[in-house]
Amino acid sequence: MKNKTKRLLLGDEAFALGAINAGLSGAYAYPGTPSTEILEFIQSDNIAKQRKIHNAWSTNEKTAMEEALGMSFCGKRAIVAMKHVGMNVAADPFVNSAMTGANGGLLVVAADDPSMHSSQNEQDSRFYGDFAMVPVLEPSNQQEAYDMAKYGFELSEKEGIPVLIRFVTRLSHSRAVVDVDKDPLPENPLHYPENKQQWVLMPASSRRRNKKLVSDFVDFQKISESSPYNFVEDGKDKSLGIVVSGIAYNYLKEAFNNQVPYPVVKISQYPLPVKQISELFDNCDSVLILEEGQPFIEKKIRGELDNHLKPVYGKLSGEVERTGELTPDLIKEAIIKIKDENCGIEKPEKKEIPSIVANRPPALCQGCGHRDVFQALNEALEEYPSPKVFGDIGCYTLGYLSPFSAIDTVVDMGASITMAKGAADAGQHPSVAVIGDSTFTHSGMTGLLDAVNENSPMTVIITDNLTTGMTGGQDSQGTGKLEEICLGIGVDNEHLKTITSHPNNVEEMKKLFKEEFDYPGLSVIISRRECIQTARRKAKSNANSNS
Amino acid sequence: MTTNIILAGVGGQGILSIANVIGIAALKDNLYLKQAEVHGMSQRGGDVQSNLRISDSPIASDLIPYGGADIIISLEPMESLRYLPFLSKKGWVVTNTNPFINIQNYPDMKEVMQELEKIDNLVAFDMDLIAKKIGSPRSSNMVLLGAASPFLGLPFDLIDEGISKFFDSKGNKIVDLNLKSFRAGKNEALNFIKERNLSKL
Repeated sequence: MKNKTKRLLLGDEAFALGAINAGLSGAYAYPGTPSTEILEFIQSDNIAKQRKIHNAWSTNEKTAMEEALGMSFCGKRAIVAMKHVGMNVAADPFVNSAMTGANGGLLVVAADDPSMHSSQNEQDSRFYGDFAMVPVLEPSNQQEAYDMAKYGFELSEKEGIPVLIRFVTRLSHSRAVVDVDKDPLPENPLHYPENKQQWVLMPASSRRRNKKLVSDFVDFQKISESSPYNFVEDGKDKSLGIVVSGIAYNYLKEAFNNQVPYPVVKISQYPLPVKQISELFDNCDSVLILEEGQPFIEKKIRGELDNHLKPVYGKLSGEVERTGELTPDLIKEAIIKIKDENCGIEKPEKKEIPSIVANRPPALCQGCGHRDVFQALNEALEEYPSPKVFGDIGCYTLGYLSPFSAIDTVVDMGASITMAKGAADAGQHPSVAVIGDSTFTHSGMTGLLDAVNENSPMTVIITDNLTTGMTGGQDSQGTGKLEEICLGIGVDNEHLKTITSHPNNVEEMKKLFKEEFDYPGLSVIISRRECIQTARRKAKSNANSNS
Repeated sequence: MTTNIILAGVGGQGILSIANVIGIAALKDNLYLKQAEVHGMSQRGGDVQSNLRISDSPIASDLIPYGGADIIISLEPMESLRYLPFLSKKGWVVTNTNPFINIQNYPDMKEVMQELEKIDNLVAFDMDLIAKKIGSPRSSNMVLLGAASPFLGLPFDLIDEGISKFFDSKGNKIVDLNLKSFRAGKNEALNFIKERNLSKL
């Protein structure tokens, strides 16, 4: 272990450092919990800085994915990182990158958020990997997260295919001691794909490529069956066999104090290692499937007809909780349900939460400019009989909660503008969109063109705090350019207004909002004040550098 | 031996700094460590917690099971109660008693104190007051770390080193104030235990 050293790292950071040490040339991402720390680590790492590894935030996940694919085309190793719903935005280039294949190693990181700590759904990115027919790696701990960067690049280059890395919140945001290399590998030299046709996805070449991809996917399964990350642990009690993936493996170990009495197939690489799973089926009387997220493995194994001769237990059959994150306790409960009280698992003695303990939901910071926007908006809308406000994704989503209760819908990045347009088309008035600056450039501005082209009677409020606030203050791509962007898209100069979000300014904001609600066409109001969190951090770092 | 710790508080109070200092100390002691944190939306004034596990052998799970926590360390009295299902039979609760009230239905403090007093192994005092007395109102989290330090199974001097390293970039003055807060918290906790005739372990 002479060339190794120990570091305390988040799962996200371990992967980022693993990628740097494996000769990374470019990282691309849009901030999103729980994936944000991957690019943030690369921005702060000294070797990455010395090597000038690309580390700037992209406008959205689609642009990030395409930029990384361009780097891979040129033979260099690239990663692209996003939260699970970012995969929906990047889906077009992601699915098609399986068709072009990869030249330089290309790793696509999707960080899923079961339990929705900071998300709007629980979609499981492993389905995307299966759908696009690419290998998927699912690290079960921080060390695997580190090691899988190098392993993934090698797999990607050897097989000429992008590799999807699936994270979940509890791995992304959990720290552990990781053995890391002292010396990074060199970067790849610039070199181009041997098969040029494969990168031009016109029907004739795509048809050829599709056949090849389908046959390659069979090989990917064989590779999974010999992967060091998929392994079998025998157990004496063959009444139950357990298929367990990713971090669920850790909870299983915890549930039995490291002494699992049943045979286990642990999975961290897909397509599924069918050989090992078949053997488990042959050797055991029943099988339990434990996986974080949606029942991906269980669906594959069970099939729709569910005509197994042996019982299969999991989320679909109800022994394992169907939604939310797994925990050691949920795994204990599942095994007690299947076996009985004497199965070697101790039921915990659990105290109750005292009834006086109140919920404490998140809230907009005291002094935040979004508060001024919602106060003025609520007051301005008071005189209309049925106003509707279409919200978006960001800190200002919290405007839905008390005391503001100011938002009627929140769906996905950019949907405020396009839903407000659809509502205006339906005859809704006032139809108001509230969107942050970073979300606007991510996916709002394309929809704004639809509203411009029809001069839809609606009002867009861009609540500009000059940063990507919710994820901790990353650069926002539209900072300093929002007015120009709106004018460029074709917003009428007469109805493009800028105002400062401030408690002293609420009356003026209210007046402006009302004027524009009453204009029977498209208005855009940019209400601006810097995020107080980033402002505070700046003031602090200035004070530190002056002292 | 494994020590399972739940750190609790309200987003923005500074529980992650406590977790980071313990992490540095554990790494120096060559121990295994797992620390699950909360990032993202809850950090905006919501309830936050961190699961911290330290052991001399490898740790599987990032999460602590029900009834598995040796200690709950909380910067806020009501928040310490939220995690009681995780506290082990002989576990300790070390909490600040000064409430952070950012919700309208915050319970009556008398009731909160009554619930706290039902816990056998309790160390509870106003950590903000001690930090203020030291002249460093922002370091109540280090007062709390000091108060919890007798239960962590880590040598004091390593936690000291952890604090110095963690605050190093902010200058000597800040390091000293945080070390002072840490020691004041430790002394206050030891007095509390002595006065109440609680046995330490």
